[in-house]
Amino acid sequence: MDALQSQSVTFKVFRFNEETDYLPYYNTYTLNVTHEEVVLDILNRIKWDHDGSLSYRRSCRHGICGICSIKINGKAILACKSRLFDLIDIFGTDLVIEPLSTKRVIKDLIIDKKDFWEKHAHVDPYLVSEIDEKPTAEHTVFPHQLEQLMEADYCIQCGACHYSCPAVEINELYIGPAAFAAAYRFTADVRDEGGMDRLHTVNQEAQGVWDCVKCMECAEVCPKEVNPIEKITKLHNMIFEHGIAKNNVATRHAVGFAHSITKHGLLDEGELVRYSEGNFGVLKHVPVAMKMFSKGKIVLPWNMPKADKLDEIRKLVKSSSTAKF
Amino acid sequence: MKELKYALFTGCTAKESTPEQMMSTLAVAKKLGIELVELTEASCCGASHLQDYDDFLSLVLNARNIAYAEKHGLTMVTICNTCQLNTAMTKHRLDHNAELKAKVNAKLGEVGLEYKGTSQITHFLYAIIDDFGLDKIKEMVVKPLSQFNIAPFYGCHNIRPSELQNETHKNPENAYKPTSLDDLIIACGGASVDYVEKNKCCGFHAELQAPHTAAVLTGNAVAGAMDANADWMVTPCPLCHLKLDTQTHHASIAIGREVSLPVLHMQQMVGLALGCTPSELGLKHHVTPVNFI
Ligand code: SF4
Ligand code: SF4
Ligand code: SF4
Ligand code: SF4
Ligand code: FES
Repeated sequence: MDALQSQSVTFKVFRFNEETDYLPYYNTYTLNVTHEEVVLDILNRIKWDHDGSLSYRRSCRHGICGICSIKINGKAILACKSRLFDLIDIFGTDLVIEPLSTKRVIKDLIIDKKDFWEKHAHVDPYLVSEIDEKPTAEHTVFPHQLEQLMEADYCIQCGACHYSCPAVEINELYIGPAAFAAAYRFTADVRDEGGMDRLHTVNQEAQGVWDCVKCMECAEVCPKEVNPIEKITKLHNMIFEHGIAKNNVATRHAVGFAHSITKHGLLDEGELVRYSEGNFGVLKHVPVAMKMFSKGKIVLPWNMPKADKLDEIRKLVKSSSTAKF
Repeated sequence: MKELKYALFTGCTAKESTPEQMMSTLAVAKKLGIELVELTEASCCGASHLQDYDDFLSLVLNARNIAYAEKHGLTMVTICNTCQLNTAMTKHRLDHNAELKAKVNAKLGEVGLEYKGTSQITHFLYAIIDDFGLDKIKEMVVKPLSQFNIAPFYGCHNIRPSELQNETHKNPENAYKPTSLDDLIIACGGASVDYVEKNKCCGFHAELQAPHTAAVLTGNAVAGAMDANADWMVTPCPLCHLKLDTQTHHASIAIGREVSLPVLHMQQMVGLALGCTPSELGLKHHVTPVNFI
């Protein structure tokens, strides 16, 4: 058996009690940790050996209930799944333990996840279907149909992605990566009949998929490898497939790329903005465009570069296009 | 040492709104003796938006670009984080899915091309660091940037998702604590400053659809760098550059605080340290003036 390796680590732990504290503060503990320990072991040791008032959530201890998610040096993790030694590899031996969202703290590492659950509820995260109460045969779902879920059903609603998403942080209407993954999960299910409603919900401006900034953090952070941004892309595709894409700046921005590539092989940056915003909306970009122009950052239409072998590109756009707007 | 040679996928931005990025790439490559064969046939990668409309078309176009690098038998080098993501993601998906690869190749076959999966794809930042070597750059520095505090801005699409990092790089970096750009700053003689936003998003891709979100992200990034006492910022991504360089007016309004810093392309920073002239590096093409040279 391996010898028990250990290391001394300094933990700065976020503390705040909604009922008694005016401002949050941090407690610091220096502990010897072993290579077998996960973050939850440390929280337990702090609570049992040092300060019984430290509050945090844990239940299954097996990476399944999704309740123990917190942040270490800004990275959202499941406390019961993350090994200390892995975190030390990344951040060194000074670790800061914080709740998923410091804005939503009830006590210490416990947050109010109300917004998370409300947004989940918003996408009808369940199978919508007329149930035949006296079925005569099983409802078979074939493996290839199950694969269409792309493992979106692995989500344990831990909230790691939601509380790491910059769009959620800034735009409180934004539904967020976990709920989008759920929207995809049920819409892609062959037994479900509620897809159109969900697609309308995620197609709305401000709250919907179009407000994603594409930072890829939800894919990076998810402890279950749900890859929410991949599902968000799928929802975009479904919106076009079902012909419910509205004619607005967001959809035109996506479609504009196809137009530009057909015309030049490359992106015509100015034309993309004009096409996306419309002839009127584009006016608000004029001041910045003038500054850019004065610095030689704008190519005028007659100087627009073109890719070589443009015919080949056009041929492929023609033969490979699968979407309509 | 064997001379380094790559197939250069410039992306569109280098040909349009960031001419200085193209100039500085070529200037630095020349100084380092790196040969770049430009893929003039390449199309736009779709910038992470085309796939929202037509995922298959995006795959076919990106696979076509890679196929041209393969024809040269060269590793493809990108100079834009988003080009890197789209191209490397296409490679990842095709290399892991034979059925999808066959479908894409059926289309490419119509124009006499084939995607094989033989070329690697890497960003110029990593080509310089991994293949050329930081130590060698350090030796070549003639104008160390020692009087500057420099804020690295990594840009999402080079560091996330890290599964692509792991496939492409010898020393994959951690998305939560990236080091490549910091190391490069130090190799150039500068001091790299640490700030929370250095691995966060600038908001570029949502600028038209979600202008407020995008402006706040830009504002936070520049404010974070300013508060860490940075003299200027540096980024490997021309899209981050555009956002941080040209959009600080909106960003300042959005966060209620005046923010502005010069933002250099990674290539411009290296070029300065290697003794390239400001005009070779196109320093006059910035909206926020590069006022320290
Ligand atoms: S990719 Fe989109 S949904 Fe995912 S974290 Fe970033 S902004 Fe949020
Ligand atoms: S998608 Fe992943 S990170 Fe987000 S809530 Fe589900 S399990 Fe957690
Ligand atoms: S990401 Fe931008 S620069 Fe790169 S090819 Fe696409 S549009 Fe052009
Ligand atoms: S930081 Fe901005 S431009 Fe750069 S990769 Fe992220 S979203 Fe794109
Ligand atoms: S305690 Fe259940 S997931 Fe960690």
